[in-house]
Amino acid sequence: MLKYIAKRLLAMIPVILGVTLIVYLIMSLAPGDPARTILGELATEEQVNELREEMGLNDPIIVQYFRYIWNLLHGDLGRSYQSRIDVSTEIFSRFPNTIKLALAASLFSVILALPLGIIAAVKQNTFFDSFSMFVAIIGISCPTFWFGLILILVFAVNLKWFPVSGQVDNFRGMVLPALTLAFNSMAAMARVTRSSMLEVIRQDYIRTARAKGVSQRNVILQHAVPNAMIPTVTVIGLRIGGLLAGAVICETVFSWPGIGRLLVQSIQSRNTPVVLGCIIIFSICFSLVNLIVDILYAFIDPRIKSQYQ
Amino acid sequence: MSEQTNYALEIENLFVEYHVDKEVVHALNGISLKLKKGETVGLVGETGAGKTTTGLSILRLIPSPPGVVRGKILVKGEDISTLSEKQMETIRGNVVSMIFQDPMTSLNPTKTVNDQIAEVIRLHEKIGKKEAAVKAGDMLEMVGIPRDRGGEYPHQFSGGMKQRVVIAMALACSPEILIADEPTTALDVTIQAQVLDMIRELKKKYDMSMIMITHDLGIVAEICDTVAIVYAGSIVEYGTLEDIFNRTAHPYTVGLFGSLPNMDDRTQRLKPIQGLMPDPTNLPEGCPFSPRCPQATEECRTRKPALRNIGGEHVVACHLFKEG
Repeated sequence: MLKYIAKRLLAMIPVILGVTLIVYLIMSLAPGDPARTILGELATEEQVNELREEMGLNDPIIVQYFRYIWNLLHGDLGRSYQSRIDVSTEIFSRFPNTIKLALAASLFSVILALPLGIIAAVKQNTFFDSFSMFVAIIGISCPTFWFGLILILVFAVNLKWFPVSGQVDNFRGMVLPALTLAFNSMAAMARVTRSSMLEVIRQDYIRTARAKGVSQRNVILQHAVPNAMIPTVTVIGLRIGGLLAGAVICETVFSWPGIGRLLVQSIQSRNTPVVLGCIIIFSICFSLVNLIVDILYAFIDPRIKSQYQ
Repeated sequence: MSEQTNYALEIENLFVEYHVDKEVVHALNGISLKLKKGETVGLVGETGAGKTTTGLSILRLIPSPPGVVRGKILVKGEDISTLSEKQMETIRGNVVSMIFQDPMTSLNPTKTVNDQIAEVIRLHEKIGKKEAAVKAGDMLEMVGIPRDRGGEYPHQFSGGMKQRVVIAMALACSPEILIADEPTTALDVTIQAQVLDMIRELKKKYDMSMIMITHDLGIVAEICDTVAIVYAGSIVEYGTLEDIFNRTAHPYTVGLFGSLPNMDDRTQRLKPIQGLMPDPTNLPEGCPFSPRCPQATEECRTRKPALRNIGGEHVVACHLFKEG
């Protein structure tokens, strides 16, 4: 198992290098000149050129890229073009906020999705089933920014229950952004839970459990749910990874001081080092969450555990 | 118990229908069966004849909807249709146990074998976790599996071993009635003999009454005291082992024996029964076997024959035979 985890961690390195390469190339293909952006419209051509030289922007892209990687390997993410502070400082001052939002959203979505999916499956073709799947369809189809705005309009502006913009350090300030972020993934999780539960409750071993005299409730909770968890945990993992990235829109809507918003601002100002830094963090998070999911599989399903050598 | 009775199980006029998409599947059409204490009755018939449905009805495990069950089932003299779901749970796995057909899919893949056996013990006996685990180990040993393999998961066992686990689970609370639903069908022939021997011995040891559901007349000859031949959800012939094997009456039963290879004359061709079982959503008006019966008359096609006694316990549902 430990060997397996070590292998997976090593496998993350090429993934992250690949991500940086792609993002680096895209950023350098994008129109606009970082030096011009930094110096502003009023700077002379000479000043801009001088800065380009200083920042190494006149070298071939491949040289620039390898210089970036070299620094990255030394733990240096470079400096923000704008604030001139270290990218790592800039990111890590905001990263906890994003984690907080993503965790709260994951919690909301899992707590809502599992019961919704399980009950919908057990009470298939009843009103509750149709109702929860209707909610799920809305959750999947409705865009995050729109749902966020509606929540703000209803619960912050009209009812005044929650503050209009997100607040990092109190619970009330977190509710709306976390719900916004959670809604979409909750819907996806609920749907997967329902369909995998439906499949599991038709299995022979569920009938065996009933024939043993296990009560309906325990048949569902102790026999069906653990077996239905594999597809569900996969989706939960992907979604939690996605919640971090999904934070980009949600953080902007609620002006939440996390790295999602930092990323959007940096893309707009062509602040390549910060963009790269954020993307690297996102991809590390995503890979880690996936690794955790794969490890969880082993605990859920003994058949998978025996394959992790 | 409400009354003393010699029967472990009585089924009276049992009907099971499934209402699916405006169609009605007639799975069981008035089955009556009595099982004396300590006796083994064989339920023999083709796939889809309603054998498993009968077994599930006794545990009241017919999914409803879409299933509709009518008729009476008495377990030790008590009508199970009057019991609450809670009372039913104390009967399942405790008074009545069922061994299911496919051992590959009948065990929960995420629980250890020992846990699955211990679960049924803890449900019905007031003992602690540890004692239940020990007893589950005893059960494993009884069916010939070393107890230290109890911590393993079903996927680590072979098919025959899994069937042994399923049997251990069914017997863990020493039930009075055991329903064995084709317990050897999924196993290869050498293992079949072992498992059958084991079931027979355990049955004797625990003094159980048993319903052996099978399509294999060889198993019937080895294990059963009485035999019920089921066709399209009805019993067409019932009698002692001798009645059925030596005084075969119903044309369908005759057909079943005709489909067996003859060991003395291996060059002889098999005589399969022509045609297929009728569609259970659209059963023939008269005798359900009449479309395939070589001796069917006009009466057979229009009027369903009732069971008539043709000597001793031997009953047959066929117009060719007269009461007496």
